[in-house]
Amino acid sequence: MIDKRVPSPAEAVADISDGSSIMIGGFGEAGSPIELIHALIDQGASDLTVISNNTGSGEVGLAALLKARRVTKVICSFPKTLNSTVFPELYREGFTALELVPQGTLAERIRAGGAGVPAFYTPTAVGTPLAEGKEVRAIHGRDYLLEYGLTADYALVKGVTSDTYGNVLYNKTARNFAPIMAMAATISIVQAARVIQPGDIDPEIVITPGIFVDRVVEVPEPAHESELIAAGVSYP
Amino acid sequence: MTAQTQVQGWTREQMAKRLAQDIASGSYVNLGIGIPELVAKFVPEGRTFIYHTENGLLGMGPSPAEGHGDPELINAGKRHVTANPGAAYFHHADSFAMIRGGHLDLSVLGAMQVASNGDLANWSTGKPDAIPAVGGAMDLVAGVKNVFVITQHCTKSGDPKLVSACTYPLTGQGVVDRIYTDLAVIDVTAGGFQVCELCPGVSFETVQALTGAPLLAAAT
Repeated sequence: MIDKRVPSPAEAVADISDGSSIMIGGFGEAGSPIELIHALIDQGASDLTVISNNTGSGEVGLAALLKARRVTKVICSFPKTLNSTVFPELYREGFTALELVPQGTLAERIRAGGAGVPAFYTPTAVGTPLAEGKEVRAIHGRDYLLEYGLTADYALVKGVTSDTYGNVLYNKTARNFAPIMAMAATISIVQAARVIQPGDIDPEIVITPGIFVDRVVEVPEPAHESELIAAGVSYP
Repeated sequence: MTAQTQVQGWTREQMAKRLAQDIASGSYVNLGIGIPELVAKFVPEGRTFIYHTENGLLGMGPSPAEGHGDPELINAGKRHVTANPGAAYFHHADSFAMIRGGHLDLSVLGAMQVASNGDLANWSTGKPDAIPAVGGAMDLVAGVKNVFVITQHCTKSGDPKLVSACTYPLTGQGVVDRIYTDLAVIDVTAGGFQVCELCPGVSFETVQALTGAPLLAAAT
């Protein structure tokens, strides 16, 4: 009987080693797997490469992981947040490197990585500073940039419901990068508010099929960044 | 005192209202952060626009009542929104397939500079100490069928934003179709900037004086 459940966030992230690449779901606070990120901070792995759309808010979740000096590179589309100075300080200091990627290119690189497509051509960013050093090819009379697919050692994502096979449903705009990150990582770890039995999710509405998921951990009442920040939390 | 401060142009709301007149009913529209968001307040009577937000929602509705926000239902500016009847959620690769694949009818964006060849700069000053952040702007201008810019005609210090060549880093090359400023509606044509409509009380000469590239008069 397949059962991908892991008892706790700590056990779900226990084997992440120094130097790992980690995709972390979320767009702003929506979909940010805070409990998994906090477990990773407690676990201690460092020299991480993080692939995520943003760099976190306040001093919780992703911003706290950065603040703990565990991340030496981020691959990201929008590393600025009104209420966080964590990333800008690490970036200016030279501790955390930045690979800036247009949001749609980031999404497609992750999707391609998960789909076994090593590279693709895209019209995005042609003629801009983000095209520097990249191959340009004219196809049907228009210029496109060569972009490479992205994979990672781990993905940390947040769902609302999963079954023990790892079939996942999401909540509203918290879905964002989670389904494609689950596809693109060697070990994909899902935290879900509710974990139920196979057969309890209508196969017609499954968003992430379980084949893309390796571990499922139940986090019944996940925190939201904005609530932690409003409560003055600075993790740990 | 700069010339601009002596000119009484359209307000931000009037600019947004003017732009909304040019959107066909049934259009799928992505509104950028800032002045572009105001367009949603001025949908002409009898028309329906369907709003796309690149973080995974088509059919975005207005902000919820104070205190009723859902942290997992936000727009690209990370503000609380609602979902209208008929809305759909999707993941990021699908969202940008809508954008890059030419499925969206209109992108409305702010600008730091627009050049007379349609080049747009709106993501970075290029200063060495700036934290670069691009988001989805480069994808939107590369893929959406029509790109409208809505912006003040000049910067706060009075410099023209409509120029012969952008000095800031580009978001896209030759991507802007039409510009709505506080002084005029201006098309980007093969011959350069062409005035489509002047704000009442504002002369062509005034707009030309505040523009960093030659203007063509409105087609008659």
